[in-house]
Amino acid sequence: MTRKQKRGVLIGTAVAILASAAIMVAFALRDTIVFFQTPSDIAEGKVKSGERFRLGGLVADGSVERGQGTKVKFAVTDTLQTVPVSYEGILPDLFREGQGVVAEGRLDANGQFVADTVLAKHDENYMPPEVAAALKEKGVKLGEGAKHPGAKTN
Amino acid sequence: MIVEFGHFALVLAVVVALFQTVVPLIGTLSRERRLMETARPAAILQLLLLLTAFLALMQAYVMSDFSVANVAANSHSTKPLIYRISGVWGNHEGSMLLWVLILASFGAAVAIFGNNLPLSLRANVLSVQASIALAFGIFMLATSNPFLRLENPPIDGRGLNPILQDPALAFHPPFLYAGYVGFSIAFSFAIAALIEGRIDAAWARWVRPWTLAAWMCLTLGIAMGSWWAYYELGWGGWWFWDPVENASFMPWLAGTALLHSALVMEKRETLKVWTILLAILTFSLSLMGTFLVRSGVLTSVHAFAVDPERGVAILAIMTIFVGGGLALFALRAGELRQGGLFAPISREGALVLNNVLLTTAAATVFVGTLYPLLLEGLTGDKISVGAPFFNMTFIPLMVPLLIALPFGPFMPWKRGDLIGVSQRLIATAVLALVAMVATMAMTERGPWLAPIMMAVGVYVMAGALQELAYRAKIGSAGREEVLRRLWNLPRSVYGTTLAHFGVGMMVVGIVATSAYQTERVLVMKPGDSVDVAGFTLVFNGVAPNKGPNYSEQVAAFDVTRGGQPVITLHPSKRIYDSPPQPTSEAGIHASWRGDLYTVLGDAQEEDGGYAFRFYFNPLVRFIWLGALVMFIAGGVSLSDRRLRVGAPNRKSRSNAPAGAVAAE
Repeated sequence: MTRKQKRGVLIGTAVAILASAAIMVAFALRDTIVFFQTPSDIAEGKVKSGERFRLGGLVADGSVERGQGTKVKFAVTDTLQTVPVSYEGILPDLFREGQGVVAEGRLDANGQFVADTVLAKHDENYMPPEVAAALKEKGVKLGEGAKHPGAKTN
Repeated sequence: MIVEFGHFALVLAVVVALFQTVVPLIGTLSRERRLMETARPAAILQLLLLLTAFLALMQAYVMSDFSVANVAANSHSTKPLIYRISGVWGNHEGSMLLWVLILASFGAAVAIFGNNLPLSLRANVLSVQASIALAFGIFMLATSNPFLRLENPPIDGRGLNPILQDPALAFHPPFLYAGYVGFSIAFSFAIAALIEGRIDAAWARWVRPWTLAAWMCLTLGIAMGSWWAYYELGWGGWWFWDPVENASFMPWLAGTALLHSALVMEKRETLKVWTILLAILTFSLSLMGTFLVRSGVLTSVHAFAVDPERGVAILAIMTIFVGGGLALFALRAGELRQGGLFAPISREGALVLNNVLLTTAAATVFVGTLYPLLLEGLTGDKISVGAPFFNMTFIPLMVPLLIALPFGPFMPWKRGDLIGVSQRLIATAVLALVAMVATMAMTERGPWLAPIMMAVGVYVMAGALQELAYRAKIGSAGREEVLRRLWNLPRSVYGTTLAHFGVGMMVVGIVATSAYQTERVLVMKPGDSVDVAGFTLVFNGVAPNKGPNYSEQVAAFDVTRGGQPVITLHPSKRIYDSPPQPTSEAGIHASWRGDLYTVLGDAQEEDGGYAFRFYFNPLVRFIWLGALVMFIAGGVSLSDRRLRVGAPNRKSRSNAPAGAVAAE
């Protein structure tokens, strides 16, 4: 093989690998990303049914109902709209009424959100910034307890 | 008083860093020997000053001096001593100080041990290293000073997040930083080479040990983080493709590529330009990781809660170093003499393939990590990119790499014979097939790909051993000769074998856990029993308990297997005192077969039952054991005498002007 051919093979292989990776990334980005929505977004019809997405907001006060076994129902609100959620499994430690929550799953035909994952948080006053930002966007005033600790260190 | 002393030491260190950046550089540009020689004492002084500052801060933590703002925000008097110590780096300001300390340590190490470096190269390396320390030192003094005092000190601190009070997590940051801050040395060497306009095989021989040391630490640091997440976060998972995890993984991927590319450069004097670029990219990824974790742009269980202003400052630093480095590369890379070429099928070719796949993988992780940020910035849509994305893009890149892996060490340099090498790997292939069949026989369900990937893992493990066997002529020479050969093999060969074996172990562990995990979620009342993966667990109720700074509800399970008692497990829920926060502690029974993992959920109001989650994670320990083996392998390689000898080249000892002597 001439020097040029050797170089050609090497560069060609590298380009082929990069190109395949780029194509896979493009497909994966299209198929696997999960959008974040608030209850208001759902009420406005922004979410297609059957599409997997993340629902964020506050756990509505008084909405938590434990069913049989590990089934639980609760509601997620952004103080403007509320969405009922059903989940089967163990809830994260910091899950409680009035606190921020992010759940991942789908809307069923009745407009109930069937969650397969409820995300854990790491701090008692934590509200996921997406939730805080989304709530703010909707014009919801957040109170003391709901402040994201990332805003300012003490 | 000691705190002020530490504060002053930090300021002095920044001044020394300024000196160390400017003066040696002037020395190398003007060929003034005495100026170049100032780099070494400056580097050592910088280390001593930063060490003083760090110890001063540690003293404040250990003594619970709550007049120091940082201590008040992150510590508490009831915290056990070890966590008061590790609390020093459990927050943004303190960990930044650790970051800069490690940076200075690596610089001082080059100053002390780099005796056979040419003076100008050493001066340039230390100058660049100091410039990084200068930038972050100023950043600290301006925005993240750990030594600030409070006017009205509180009676007690706010305490450290309880889930961070853990032995693995206490030591995860130092290893992590030793890792990706350690790559700064490779960066400094690269920039120094570009400044000099000269690079040769000896350069690679100096760079490799430092890169290897950093890589070792990063491997262990990431593994510790993963292991901690596994047993602490209660989700039975060991990797979440969390942006902060990715931030440490990207430099690891690039650093692994750099290790291999430096090897080619050292042995064959080729791939020079690529190695320099990779050194710059690896450290750039480290800087980017630092930025991502501290800027607040990422949502993560992990991220420090930091002002966006600090994020902007780090971003500015990053732009200067990455932009400057790449610009210098663009300008000066042409000066470097190109090395020889090689046949595509050769050891160099295999290592190029390694590099291409690893850097492409790093780029993929990069895209997956930053795409949400980009999209949010452009359209305002918030998205999350998680495991499904990475499974689709990262794994397909790793599979060819793993398959090619055992071929690499068998290949000769310059030109290799693929058929010949394949023939030597037949035993390995057979073993892999056996593993695949065994996997299929032992498991009833699971993804069809899993037995194949299991075979790949075993193939990598066996291939590493087979190469060693080949070198020692096991099977073809007499026992005495085999032993003699084994004894005389250089340690770097053992290092390679061990490291690749560790990779195979990790693959086996990852495949087994991902494909064959058993999960059960149910409510149990005292006296109920459940079967999980051959174990029988009998629930014996929940009892309260009190710890040093928490109170907990502890569940008790009697675990038996085949009628024989195995262990009692105690999953619990804790409520820490300060800050008040609930956490779960999983009850885990670890064995070679896998982990039995139990999590206590909420109490069911009505009937005295509790929700539980049970997992059986087959072979999960192999994941971290594999990483530990890789760490040990790095150490073995580092202890190879050949690696530590600097530059026996004739010309390197002189201070000949840069342009006058062509590289060999």
